[in-house]
Amino acid sequence: MNLPILTIVTFLPLAGAIWLLFINGEKQEKIKRIALVIAIGNFILALPLFFKFKLNTSEFQFVENVPWIKEFGISYHVGIDGISLFLFLLTSFLTLISILASWNIKDRIKEYMIAMLILETGMLGVFISLDLFLFYVFWELMLIPMYLIIGVWGGPRRIYATIKFFIYTMAGSVLMLVAILVIYFMNQRVTGEYTFDLLKIYNLDIPMGAQFWLFLAFFFAFAIKVPMFPFHTWLPDAHVEAPTAGSVILAGVLLKMGTYGFVRFSLPLFPYASHQFVPLIAWLAIAGIIYGALVAMAQENLKKLVAYSSVSHLGFVMLGIFVFNIQGMEGSILQMINHGLSTGALFLMVGMLYERRHTMLIADFGGLTKKMPIFAIFFLIITLSSIGLPGLNGFVGEFLILVGVFKSNVIYAVLATTGVILSACYMLWMFQRVMFNKLTNSANKKLKDINIREWAILLPITILVFWIGIYPKPLISRMDVSVNHLLTQVDEKYKITLNKLENENEENVYALKEDESAEHTIEVD
Amino acid sequence: MEIIIPPFDLKSIAPILIITISAMLILLADVFYRKTFRDSLGYISFLVVALAAMAAFTQMDKTVYSFSDMFVVDNFSVFFNLIFLVSTGIVILLSVTYIKQEGINYGEYYTLILFATMGMMLMAGGSDLLTIFLGLEIMSISLYVLAGFKRDCVRSNEASLKYFLLGAFATCFLLYGIAMLYGATGTTNIKEIASFLANNPSLSNPMIVTGTSLLIIGFGFKVACVPFHKWTPDVYEGAPTAITAFMSVGPKAAAFAAFARVFLVALPDVAQKWSIILWVLAVLTMTVGNLVAIAQTNIKRMLAYSSIAHAGYALVAIIAGGDFGASSLLFYMLAYTFMNLGAFAVVIVLGRKGEENTNIEDYSGLGFKHPLLAVIMCIFMFSLAGIPPLVGFVGKFYIFSAAIKNGFVVLAIIGMINCVIAVFYYLRVTVVMYMRKPVREFAPLSLSPFMILALILTVWGTIHLGIFPAKIIALAQKSTLLY
Repeated sequence: MNLPILTIVTFLPLAGAIWLLFINGEKQEKIKRIALVIAIGNFILALPLFFKFKLNTSEFQFVENVPWIKEFGISYHVGIDGISLFLFLLTSFLTLISILASWNIKDRIKEYMIAMLILETGMLGVFISLDLFLFYVFWELMLIPMYLIIGVWGGPRRIYATIKFFIYTMAGSVLMLVAILVIYFMNQRVTGEYTFDLLKIYNLDIPMGAQFWLFLAFFFAFAIKVPMFPFHTWLPDAHVEAPTAGSVILAGVLLKMGTYGFVRFSLPLFPYASHQFVPLIAWLAIAGIIYGALVAMAQENLKKLVAYSSVSHLGFVMLGIFVFNIQGMEGSILQMINHGLSTGALFLMVGMLYERRHTMLIADFGGLTKKMPIFAIFFLIITLSSIGLPGLNGFVGEFLILVGVFKSNVIYAVLATTGVILSACYMLWMFQRVMFNKLTNSANKKLKDINIREWAILLPITILVFWIGIYPKPLISRMDVSVNHLLTQVDEKYKITLNKLENENEENVYALKEDESAEHTIEVD
Repeated sequence: MEIIIPPFDLKSIAPILIITISAMLILLADVFYRKTFRDSLGYISFLVVALAAMAAFTQMDKTVYSFSDMFVVDNFSVFFNLIFLVSTGIVILLSVTYIKQEGINYGEYYTLILFATMGMMLMAGGSDLLTIFLGLEIMSISLYVLAGFKRDCVRSNEASLKYFLLGAFATCFLLYGIAMLYGATGTTNIKEIASFLANNPSLSNPMIVTGTSLLIIGFGFKVACVPFHKWTPDVYEGAPTAITAFMSVGPKAAAFAAFARVFLVALPDVAQKWSIILWVLAVLTMTVGNLVAIAQTNIKRMLAYSSIAHAGYALVAIIAGGDFGASSLLFYMLAYTFMNLGAFAVVIVLGRKGEENTNIEDYSGLGFKHPLLAVIMCIFMFSLAGIPPLVGFVGKFYIFSAAIKNGFVVLAIIGMINCVIAVFYYLRVTVVMYMRKPVREFAPLSLSPFMILALILTVWGTIHLGIFPAKIIALAQKSTLLY
């Protein structure tokens, strides 16, 4: 049976959002339940993808390809491979968790849930699009609900933060649109076919000079989203002001769109430019790793600390992508998932503290272990996972990335490793200040431990943290073929370009020689 | 002496005839049977427009030159006629209750709108510079009157006078340009000018160059491109809101229709001269329009500057030229009609007599007081900002792909950067609606069935054409056969 499963999963939340439109906004409980049911249904429908996923092929799976705007060669072409599969599942999972985490929002819950569900459709769409136009539509579409979530349900400086978020992302992506169009017409000139189909455009051999500019255009779009140092300034603002669920989605999924974009578009489309840009990107990534960690250490606000730790972690992911070997790439993809889980969980727990105490300042806490022992256990596990303790998920990803980086450049690897140490410093120090020490603040004496709903939020994440940490094989085995395929694809195209370059050089040298000999003859004459 | 009456084909101007005759009848009805007809003039006019649209639709896929090659019916003009009729129809829907509420319910209101529409159709179908000029004048004079239709309101009077004086001045430039071209080529017929220029390389002919520049000034004024835009904000702010809505779409589209026909059909051989000028104008128009719009606090002025910026995007389409550029212009004008009229419709709904609630701040808290209306406004704002999957995005995408296809990559990049600047002020409307506390009570909404129909039409156009634009794109693509 050929059910369009990706389409169903992707658009189910949108259908849910439309359903919610017709429900009276007063019935808060009903609205929350419907949204939750939709999110659970979405996750349950998405789960079979993991099991039915074929391990031995690099082809895209669950593909659907329907013409959409024939006049421009735009089609609704979707599918997943071992790279997007996990991001797709992660999105579905984290949205479910976020909706659970938003249970205490009283204000305009209907609009909130609608925005959340539309956001989910947009995010899922980004990860399955195999058509450049479709990708761009989803990429921009998901800005609107995120903008509203931060702007309407956010903290005191929400308007500033949300406009900054919107304009930054938009500014990055419009240049990408120009680049997409340039590729489109380039492809048309070579093949005579107007198409935005990514798989067809993969075969296009883009001239070196053009690759440079096109790569740069895509780079801005993705680097702002990741965010790479120095394009990260929107991130702390957005995170601090966003409601808990907004932060979770932002850190868990939105940032991954940037790194995913590099893997899916930049590398295979512009292999030569990608190789040329390695030093720049590597140094920016390392700067991000160290800078993010140092700034995180200095934060007094829990959310800001986690936000800056994201900058640091995403630096690792970027580094892993741009070493062009299988360990680095797989580590990066794994680390995207890990970061989504652990940072998502950290934001959730900061949110739980905030709901109880209405503050996110580290100084306001201290000694919480006495009042919230179970919370403390979860918090410790997640903190350690974020640091990368062996046996937990963060370790596997970081280790693979560092192995990959060592193989390609020792200096990068040494510098990046300092990030691991620094992350232990700021995370453990933060943990100490919040959870240990003496319980001095009287407001903290009335704190209650987590309730059932919060159990339901944290437990699944913790299980995944252990699972990936101890037995990551099911994930890695699903990535292997796709990552290998991607790397060979990049490598082959890169070599072709290099060969061309050499031939041209030889010709030039040859031509020079001819010139010289010609001059020589004249002299002889 | 024998007088030869050139053959003329009334069928070719059927939509124009329908509009003209009905406009006259409406005027007469208002004079003689005021009591019976006054309240139903709006519906009648709407029906007339619908009828004319049907007549225009039947002209699809035929190319007919008539009136000694002065007038042409081709897909290009038919497409534009449909744009005009859609915008006129929606504006009439907007006006029915609006003019009653404002106390300006005079019969000549609809007559003038219909005459303006007739002028626009003449412009789109003019295959002779003089026909275009004639259409332009009919349209403009009707608009001068309409802009000052709130007779007791000083700002409205000011708008009318300003528009008239500057408009008349700009028309002189246009006429002078036509005269120059006539002097250089010996004809005012667009096709003949084209063939003359093709056969006589005349890039250095000062008459041609001056004539072309003067035409650019004349048309530039009508489409409100920088630096000929100074009239726009004042006129848009002072005129009755329904008329502002009308001016921002219909006449602008008409001016672009004539602009495109003259420059892409008559003057493609001197393109390398005018495309540089237009390049600069487009960049100026987009940038100035968007930057100044950021500073506006009045929604009508903001939309005025935004319409200047949009004229800049449309200029990009003309610069890109070719079939791709022309079809992107067609699509964009239709897209712009829906989204901009929609935005003005919301402004009218929220307005009240006298002070029209036109400060952006007045919309504070609208999102939760009137959720549906706010969502609708959001849709129009996001569409104007060019966010997918709305029609404004497809339009911009189309125009910039045309620009890139024909090698104007830098222009496309500048345009795209402008889209980001524009996002800022469109977003501000949504910010105010959703993220601020109300500053004052909202008056009860003035929603009539007509207004609701207008809103449904514009929302439908904005969303549906954004997600399924294929049919209209196909139609636009076959409507570019300008020759």
